[in-house]
Amino acid sequence: MSKTLFDKVWDSHVVRKIEGGPDILFIDRHLVHEVTSPVAFLGLKNRGVRVLYPERTFATADHNTPTINQHLPVADPLSANQLKALEENAKEYGISHWGLGHEKNGIVHVVGPEYGITQPGATIVCGDSHTSTHGAFGAIAFGIGTSEVEMVLSTQCIMQPKPKSMRINVKGELNFGVTPKDVALYIISKLTTSGATGYFVEYAGEVFENMTMEGRMTVCNLSIEMGARGGMIAPDQKTFDYVQGREFTPTGAAWDKAMTYWETLSTDEGATFDKELTFDAADIEPMITYGTNPGMGLGISKNIPNSGDVEGGAATYSKSLGYMDFNEGDSMIGKKIDFVFIGSCTNGRIEDFRAFASIVKGRKKADHVTAWLVPGSHKVEAAIKEEGLLAVFNEAGFELREPGCSACLAMNDDKVPAGKYAVSTSNRNFEGRQGPGSRTLLASPLVAAAAAVTGKVTDPRELLEKTIA
Amino acid sequence: MAYDKFNILTSSAVPLPIENVDTDQIIPARFLKATERKGFGDNLFRDWRYNDDESPKADFALNNPKYSGQILVGGKNFGSGSSREHAAWAVYDYGFRCVVSSFFADIFKNNCLNIGVLPVQVSPAFADKIFAAIEADPKTKLEISLPNQTITLVATGEKESFDINSYKKDNMLNGFDDIDYLQNMKEDITTFAENVPL
Repeated sequence: MSKTLFDKVWDSHVVRKIEGGPDILFIDRHLVHEVTSPVAFLGLKNRGVRVLYPERTFATADHNTPTINQHLPVADPLSANQLKALEENAKEYGISHWGLGHEKNGIVHVVGPEYGITQPGATIVCGDSHTSTHGAFGAIAFGIGTSEVEMVLSTQCIMQPKPKSMRINVKGELNFGVTPKDVALYIISKLTTSGATGYFVEYAGEVFENMTMEGRMTVCNLSIEMGARGGMIAPDQKTFDYVQGREFTPTGAAWDKAMTYWETLSTDEGATFDKELTFDAADIEPMITYGTNPGMGLGISKNIPNSGDVEGGAATYSKSLGYMDFNEGDSMIGKKIDFVFIGSCTNGRIEDFRAFASIVKGRKKADHVTAWLVPGSHKVEAAIKEEGLLAVFNEAGFELREPGCSACLAMNDDKVPAGKYAVSTSNRNFEGRQGPGSRTLLASPLVAAAAAVTGKVTDPRELLEKTIA
Repeated sequence: MAYDKFNILTSSAVPLPIENVDTDQIIPARFLKATERKGFGDNLFRDWRYNDDESPKADFALNNPKYSGQILVGGKNFGSGSSREHAAWAVYDYGFRCVVSSFFADIFKNNCLNIGVLPVQVSPAFADKIFAAIEADPKTKLEISLPNQTITLVATGEKESFDINSYKKDNMLNGFDDIDYLQNMKEDITTFAENVPL
């Protein structure tokens, strides 16, 4: 029988099916961070049970960490307490812990792939909705709640009804200045934030085949923003080349054995999906959001739609535009912005900083803009320095911070003040997401760079063309 | 952690007819720093509920004295965004035992089921009927029957049935959780683990 990529990975991990209930799914890799794990560890203590497979469990601190002066004690006592709890729990249960200051520290979805923890055909969970990132390798990866974190710690299994399947094809070649982030924001704008709820998505077509691993991670990362539990892309030579030689990647005979499995990981000819959508790459331009959910995005040259032309209730729409202080019919180009954030598990990898540098090189940061450049990990930070990008940033008036989730969710001090506008390469523009009252415009690193040097929403293609000329 | 059993709940309801309510609104990230499951109800809908000076926003449903009850009725696509179970904890800790919506985000729904808050998905038409009934009489009662899988507007007797898988239904009726179940099949799991490829 023809099977989808998703079916192959899912079915090979089912320990037991419960009649009229969920499947019991074995989890190969469990990633843990400081915010969603303490209550789960407390649960283990109350039940008197151990972590079943500590060697399949990896902890890193990222959500709640400062991005300057990481060598100093964490000032916020609540944050410090949470970081300490992770360290102590990891120690007590024998789990690898890459805490603040550790050379491997970084955002959980950045360091997983960097060290080869993320592998094709694996099942990967984490108490974080952007776990979908790891689907870029052909893994089934999804976010879970804290009760489920406890479940996986204690039994290495999770109970989940099998989701429906969806394939999203993007055919053709991307236009100049269009990045993986734009592809994802475009798809979400078409599907809305609930268009893929109940589904697990496979991305297929030339656009994803031609994408780098970093780009694939950006796309899969944003799967949750259209409601999907996760998204995945069939592994290919590019995937295997990326994975090979990393610290936790198998070697020798184990590598050969893994490759035998990995080479089976593609959707069979004739396999069917519950839903299939196809888009044309030629229709996608650099994107930006104008509202308070990631589905409220448009091509940067377009005007904010009228409420009659969008799905959903007019009251919700007008509440959203009211929060942003935008009007129906406004042009996005030229809107003044105050903050720029490049980073997060969506766009905090080396390729994103290269893209940012391609525009800011030889230009200057706009005086009124506060810019936070936050690498996804120490490895990314090191690459920025090695490749000479730091010099480019400094020359243009930017500083580099230390790794972490930072202003994506503003749990630390990196908060956008009330009423201020931020062009952000992160994943959510919800009310108050980047600080109480903050207003977020989601975009690619190129759009963020164009905003950083001009101080307003600017089409990056204009600046890119000038760079090339 | 086992939780309260859920059987039949008859209560008035608090209406929140806004679409796409995300978990950042239900509980903003800055309140996720605790290491214990305590006090999250105080910060439920924090930024919609309070002004900057901590005074309550009078026009928000939770602050309106005419609304009360153990049922929260939300707009379409309730609980989207972050996987933070703290959102479900906040809903529970505030005193809600059931959330009604015409559409739920996946992870939030799972989180609710895992802690004993019943998510009841109704048709958009029935959701509109509930909102209209509460507007007409804020004290109007809803009856949620888990055994029958029905939601009823008590005043008129109008009802609709809702879905829940039989495993989860049984768990909620008895206050069991998944870990109890999984602990009893450790041997199957460890045997399975010996043969996984990765």
